[in-house]
Amino acid sequence: MSFEVLDPGMLALIQDTGRYGYQHIGVTTGGPMDEHAFLWANRLLNNELHAPQVEITFGKLRLLAHEDACIAITGADLGARINDQPVLPWQTYQISRGDRIEFTMPVSGLRAYLAVSGGFKATLKLGSCATVSREGLGGLDGDGAKLTKGDRLEFDAYEGSIVATVPDSELPDYRQPLRLGVIPGYQYRHFSAFERMKFFSCDYEVSQNIDRMGYRLSGDAIQSELNGIVSEGIAYGAIQVPSDGQPIVLMKDRQTIGGYPKIGCLSALDAGQLAQRGPGASVSFYLSDVADSEASRMLFNRRLQKGAAGISRD
Amino acid sequence: MRIESVNENTCIVYFGDSIGDESARLVKLATESIHRSMADVVTDLVPSYTSILVSYDLEKVDRFGIVRMLSAATDQISDAAPVDDSSRIVELPVYYGPEVGLDQDAVCEYSGLSAEEVIKIHSQQVYQVYAIGFAPGFAYLGSTDERIAIPRKSTPRLKVPTGSVGLAGTQTAIYPSSTPGGWQIIGRTPQKMIDWDSESLALVQVGDQVRFRAIDRQEFIDLGGSFDEL
Repeated sequence: MSFEVLDPGMLALIQDTGRYGYQHIGVTTGGPMDEHAFLWANRLLNNELHAPQVEITFGKLRLLAHEDACIAITGADLGARINDQPVLPWQTYQISRGDRIEFTMPVSGLRAYLAVSGGFKATLKLGSCATVSREGLGGLDGDGAKLTKGDRLEFDAYEGSIVATVPDSELPDYRQPLRLGVIPGYQYRHFSAFERMKFFSCDYEVSQNIDRMGYRLSGDAIQSELNGIVSEGIAYGAIQVPSDGQPIVLMKDRQTIGGYPKIGCLSALDAGQLAQRGPGASVSFYLSDVADSEASRMLFNRRLQKGAAGISRD
Repeated sequence: MRIESVNENTCIVYFGDSIGDESARLVKLATESIHRSMADVVTDLVPSYTSILVSYDLEKVDRFGIVRMLSAATDQISDAAPVDDSSRIVELPVYYGPEVGLDQDAVCEYSGLSAEEVIKIHSQQVYQVYAIGFAPGFAYLGSTDERIAIPRKSTPRLKVPTGSVGLAGTQTAIYPSSTPGGWQIIGRTPQKMIDWDSESLALVQVGDQVRFRAIDRQEFIDLGGSFDEL
């Protein structure tokens, strides 16, 4: 019961929701760069929400099905095709033995998620198969390897068929300029009113330097009153400002502690939307607060639980 | 102590503003207390020099509840006034020979000390594990004697060999795995710092103490030390 990797493309990684409980010894969480898309893919198939999927960055992944299967594709539109027929994300597809699943080039967004009914099977390391190459953890065999040609993505056979689509109201448009809510915190008070004003009124651009650790933005430089700080834990979505004044948003593979001042933090859902943007995309920030991000997340969790037409209830 | 929200499922507890043994002690005690009493709602803890970052399960507790629970968990420790003597001392064998002490010459030149003096100063004191981060198991130890304090290398090495012992400012650390890094390397331990297949995973934890024991080349080899990565 497997899909065979004919071509891994730019970057295809096994991810579950992440590796939790080991940050105190310096192990980062990893996990899906876009939680919204990842969680919906599992929800469409009525999988456990943490079930392992493939995160495809940019595209070029090609798979051959050695068995019938039911899959879901969510997130970026990477020009996916099944047997050369274009297919859209945010819904399920029936796959037959011998079918070819292919992701070509980004149409909108940067990262797509491919889930299979029941989830892909992978070795657990520290309780998770989230691939963090830098740490040599996660992936199919637990050693941090990204998918390579010839890999077999194993799963359990599934007899039924699932026809489900994510509700329209849940579909983001990754081509829109992005406005992100900043929860003030960390060293926020050490940025003067003028520096904050610059930060909240500038249109930043996503730079070439983006990866699973962090997103470097370019635009108006902002300075805090601090040269450095006593190193402290870095939350997912934290916005770090090094001495050159160009903000860096810390993502899923971030290091656990760091010594640069931080102006605040994004919510996980907002950070996930940033992860769908590539170099050149426009990003701006507005002052939000923790109450708003808490409410937004709880509402998302409820909508996810409720599901959609075709998705069975838990 | 202050507790501040960071995002919808994370907050940070500050125990002071400067690096020192008092903050380190409070961080260690609070980390243990939170582990003990809040395991069902806390998903991750990042203890560091003066703070603990706490991630929690939003389905189980909200931003008000977590502050209440953290206050209760940390209240108990303020009373534990006597210096905690249960702190473990981990002894690490280090070979300070020239073939593994890659920046020994730079340290001698900067400090004006001989290699023997640098080794003696580095290995004669007990260090506090203030934080773990940068890479899995990378422990920040402090504080070194001012006489051997030295800035990081202006150009970091692309690959620092596993087990390397380095200096940066008044801090010292061991590289648990081979990574890029800018610390000034003065020796190497044959001791495995991190082992995903062992129960404890990391040899040292925040709050432990570490002492270095100078060993000779033969003992380094006997203990499984390797020169391969040079």
